[in-house]
Amino acid sequence: MFAWHFTEMPYPHLPPLDTLSTMRVSLPNSHYDPKIGADLYNRYLDEYVIASELGLNLLLNEHHQTATCLDVAAPLSAAIVARQTSQGRICILGNPVANRNDPIRIAEEMAMIDNICRGRLDVGFVRGVPYEIFAANTNPTQTVEKLWEGIDLTVMAWTSQEPFNFEGRFTHRRMVNLWPRPYQTPHPAIWITGSSDLESIKKAAGRGYVFATFLQPYDKVKAMFDAYRSNYHDCGLPGGGGMAYMPLVYTAETEEEAEAGAKELTWYLAAKAEPQYRNPPGYVPVSFNVNALRGTYSGRTDAMRAQSLEFLKEQGVMIYGTPDSVAKQIKRFYDLVGGFDHLLMMQQAGSLDHARTVKSMTMFAREVYPQIKDLPRSQPLNAKAAAE
Amino acid sequence: MSRETSMLKLNGLELEVQRRGSGSPLLILTNEEELELDSPLLDRLADKHELIIPSAPGFGHSERPEWISNPDDIAYIYMDLLDHLGIRTISVIGFSLGGWIALEMATKSHTLFSKILLVDPYGVKTGGVTDRDFQDIWTLHPNKVAALKWHDQSKGKRDYASMSDDQLSIVARNIESFARFCWEPYLHNPKLRKRLNRIHAPTLIVWGENDGIATPAYGKSLAALIKGSRFETIASAGHFPHLEQPDHFLALANSFIG
Repeated sequence: MFAWHFTEMPYPHLPPLDTLSTMRVSLPNSHYDPKIGADLYNRYLDEYVIASELGLNLLLNEHHQTATCLDVAAPLSAAIVARQTSQGRICILGNPVANRNDPIRIAEEMAMIDNICRGRLDVGFVRGVPYEIFAANTNPTQTVEKLWEGIDLTVMAWTSQEPFNFEGRFTHRRMVNLWPRPYQTPHPAIWITGSSDLESIKKAAGRGYVFATFLQPYDKVKAMFDAYRSNYHDCGLPGGGGMAYMPLVYTAETEEEAEAGAKELTWYLAAKAEPQYRNPPGYVPVSFNVNALRGTYSGRTDAMRAQSLEFLKEQGVMIYGTPDSVAKQIKRFYDLVGGFDHLLMMQQAGSLDHARTVKSMTMFAREVYPQIKDLPRSQPLNAKAAAE
Repeated sequence: MSRETSMLKLNGLELEVQRRGSGSPLLILTNEEELELDSPLLDRLADKHELIIPSAPGFGHSERPEWISNPDDIAYIYMDLLDHLGIRTISVIGFSLGGWIALEMATKSHTLFSKILLVDPYGVKTGGVTDRDFQDIWTLHPNKVAALKWHDQSKGKRDYASMSDDQLSIVARNIESFARFCWEPYLHNPKLRKRLNRIHAPTLIVWGENDGIATPAYGKSLAALIKGSRFETIASAGHFPHLEQPDHFLALANSFIG
């Protein structure tokens, strides 16, 4: 089991949340103070350096036009930690290739970071959550197709050692010739995210990509991981595929202290957005929207928002407690979902301050990680056949 | 009154086409929600005309092939439809998105339309880069959109609970396809403005006085770009004035189309 430190780099210095209709997309940036922001950026990056020194791996992502995430360019933050750390893997989860419209630029950036950190980079690709549609003005009805074409082009650019022509549905480049090539051969491990579409998960599994999902009840996670396992082949790629899950995690000396920390992390679940940002037209299939019209479908975060801390803990969406308790909860979740490979820990959210964040991650690294490190990794199907 | 719905194969795609009534043929291009199909309005028009009412690709039960990406593409499909039906000249009424498609068709052929009636159409941007010619229906709160769209919002309420799976699927498909074709450039074709000089048929543009999505001032600026066009407003009506004030609309339509 690999453990990863993660924060979305939130900007929590907002008016009371009940006075805001949204924290995403259209919250005016008059609420942002660059002096506070400068401190936050440096603090969050310091925490990544500390996580590396503690032996944790580093997970980064990006979002746009939102107070929930100041990291608007994961390649930038990844490049900083690539240079400032010397151990642990670095994963961008992920590159919003459907929203960035430039897979070649992504291929270049990833190759450059992979060179700087001498092959410690894993490269995730994401379709992007619904809110992201608006900042990028991406047509919400074709993000899946754009995602896969973008991944294919990126991989072609990484692995081709001759210039080539590409005239796809979304990108046309008549002279693709990547300088630099990635440090890892044939290319860095690829990760992909999902939250419901089982066919997409099987596709990722068949290609040997790592599949990651976030903040979901264990039965839903198990259904997704089962779909992954049903088509999981080892393609001989770096990282070798596998499954990743992200809960909110807080480790403390006492249960009381842990619960107080966990409460602060729920800020992330409370992040609000107006309804039109949560389900742009065509983002989910017609069948989902039929249920939405009937009022029986709502997004993941909506379902989680209303729940109690106890419920979230029981479901594995939040993991918190003393080190032994946290280890026990992770093992329980591992068993409930049939095993997985990467524990992605959102250990900082909302107003959780630097001292308490570092205390929690230190305690995790020293007292929990050794207890779960040896949980067996997922075994690919017919690895031998795939190798031939 | 005769009413017949069929699936026609045109240029490789299945298009749902409804025919209603009898008399001189009249092409009806519905709005993006296809709300006209369930309103008494079309039956009243069908008293004097044979209505030809296609569902655009991706709307109703019509297929949505990957290559169709905007109303300009849909215009070619509808021209194929008229060819298929052996119609060389016809009058058209286009509502909202349907009005945009009618404009696209009109710029492709001088002789296709004998008369053109447009109701609060999208399609042409007349303002500058920071102007919103059309309010952003996809970033505004749904309640705000309803308030901008309707003079009397109760007329826009639809009872989803009573609809069948098929009906709800159509509602969801229509919402999705509208976004597929009109997301960017937002509700307009940047080339269309420069093609409007090709329209010679008598043109009537009707606008709801309380349309908050595209204001009557916008409508006037559009009319000014179409030579010899006439501009009329309908009081106590929003973006779909023909549905909010059908009597007033039918009086205008009947005297114009004949």
